[in-house]
Amino acid sequence: MDTEHVAAPARRSPGAWLLIAVPYFWLFLFFLAPFLIVVKISLSQTAIAIPPYVPTFDLSEGWQAFQEALSAFSFENYVWLTEDALYWRSYLSSVSIAAVSTLITLLIGYPIAYGMARSPQSWRPTLLMLVILPFWTSFLIRVYAWIGILKNEGLLNQLLLTFGLINEPLVILNTNIAVYIGIVYSYLPFLVLPLYASLERLDGTLLEAAEDLGCPSWKAFWKITVPLSLPGIIAGCFLVFIPAVGEFVIPDLLGGSDTLMIGKTLWVEFFNNRDWPVSSAVAVILLLILVIPIVLFQNQQQKMSEKEG
Amino acid sequence: MTVKTLLTGVAALGLLSGVAHAQDRTVNVYNWSDYIDESILEDFTKETGIKVVYDVFDSNEVLETKLLAGGTGYDVVVPTGTFLARQIQAGAFTELDKSKLSNLSNMWKDIEERVEKYDPGNAYSINYMWGTTGIGYNVEKVKEALGEDAPVDSWDLLFKPENIEKLKDCGVFMLDAPTEMIPAALNYLGLDPDSKDRGEIEQAGELLKSIRPSIQKYHSSEYINALANGDICVAVGWSGDVLQARDRAAEADNGVTVEYVIPKEGAQMWFDQMAIPADAPNMEEAHEFLNYIMRPDVMAKASNFVYYANGNEASKELLNEDVIGDKAIYPDEATVGNLFTTTPYPPKVQRVVTRTWTAVKSGQ
Repeated sequence: MDTEHVAAPARRSPGAWLLIAVPYFWLFLFFLAPFLIVVKISLSQTAIAIPPYVPTFDLSEGWQAFQEALSAFSFENYVWLTEDALYWRSYLSSVSIAAVSTLITLLIGYPIAYGMARSPQSWRPTLLMLVILPFWTSFLIRVYAWIGILKNEGLLNQLLLTFGLINEPLVILNTNIAVYIGIVYSYLPFLVLPLYASLERLDGTLLEAAEDLGCPSWKAFWKITVPLSLPGIIAGCFLVFIPAVGEFVIPDLLGGSDTLMIGKTLWVEFFNNRDWPVSSAVAVILLLILVIPIVLFQNQQQKMSEKEG
Repeated sequence: MTVKTLLTGVAALGLLSGVAHAQDRTVNVYNWSDYIDESILEDFTKETGIKVVYDVFDSNEVLETKLLAGGTGYDVVVPTGTFLARQIQAGAFTELDKSKLSNLSNMWKDIEERVEKYDPGNAYSINYMWGTTGIGYNVEKVKEALGEDAPVDSWDLLFKPENIEKLKDCGVFMLDAPTEMIPAALNYLGLDPDSKDRGEIEQAGELLKSIRPSIQKYHSSEYINALANGDICVAVGWSGDVLQARDRAAEADNGVTVEYVIPKEGAQMWFDQMAIPADAPNMEEAHEFLNYIMRPDVMAKASNFVYYANGNEASKELLNEDVIGDKAIYPDEATVGNLFTTTPYPPKVQRVVTRTWTAVKSGQ
């Protein structure tokens, strides 16, 4: 039985191959090729030249020159990354800021998605629209607006002062707290949407059955709803966590000068040091940090579903 | 009727394309933000028929990254001397064709000599503006915090902990530019401000780190508004920017008085140079633009507008009294003697400088 299943793809028609080739071609052109260029630059050395690194490949100079250029590659930049604590601290603090933000986003996003999925059918398109609505305004402007809300003389502090909840303005802007607020706010829709999709499909009769059998509703939620919405949770968390790790705009606008994130470190390497090779190395390592756990996780998932199947 | 309308339409189209044709010649200029009187660009187009596509940046780093990536499409760019020197070395610029620059004779020899350090023979660039990096302060607030004899004419104001700690609450900004702040710290320590020595640069870093808790923000343009609105009391900034803040405050009549001072220990002098990228699409027009800019009346108009000194000797007599007569813009001989210049850092040292600066800013 199983062998037949595995063998099946081999008998695909040329048309089917063509169809599969399209996304692969897309991935190759817009992911793999640029990535290889970045890897190539990460193995080069900085130089005062245009572009600011050596070696560069000039195909017109023939095979010999190509080989020479190839032999000039070195892993020096990667070694440099291990020598300076700045990079590891940036990676660590980026991952931890992204992880904490993802958790907070989940805690806020789950009830929203749950409420939407449980609302009357006729409301749902409107609610969905409301979640998507912020995207109609530029991301940059929305982040900028938070400066106006969070600054010392901003809306939030004025409100709190008026109500006498605080005696002097809270310093939120230019701290990590502002970064968390910015990330949670900006990425919330990315978590709510996939979560809502999986919660909406949830079979309500399962909960009724649990109730009939005397299961308290909180337990039913924990034992039935949460596990069944797990794919939505995972997809949503990835959609928040991955871009948050490499985030540059939010820490730059809302964070303080002591907010350490890899996006900012990369910017400094690229623009201030004009060190394209090191910033490329930083980017490659960042990709590995993100991709390896995800691939491992995917494999795990696949094994589990195979076992169940 | 219809035919007539149609004909008029066609005629109008013809006219439009005729206009477009006359303006076919363009020059793409990439300059610092808030750095020109825009009417200069309009006048240039009126006189020469060359359309100016004007674009702005706010940091040398952004300009340099674009130049080093190549193919910017710009015909005239305005890097600062230290950056210019490295870009010349990288082959980013084309040598000026001086036969097309008849107005070169208006330029100020003293400034040209100082620029030699970055651009030997002034072969690749002409001076647009020059200025200093000093201290801008809110007169009343500083007096309030430090008393009548506050050392406003000295870097002591910033680098002495007992002074800056008292200013902390009313707000201190610092340029987010290591190439400005590290030389200033080195100079204060009595070391060579142009030092390329790792140990000395780190020493400067320690000094800057020691006052880090009293700095509200490191930023290279926000201080103009912050000073003018009275939100902060001290900022390390570029001369013309602080003077713009001074004028905005005076115009707003909000009870804020801003002053700019070149500290007595000395300050950095810098030169913003106009140059033509090696791959500029409109070389001819770029030269015409540079030549136009070097006209005394044009340069005077620019300086009167942005409150920076220019490198055009002949323009001096056309400057407003509040520009030429202001020692903060055109310092006297004695002050000029105290000013220092710096040269670009080699790549390895640049890494140390940026690393030191990151450590200062992040407080680690």
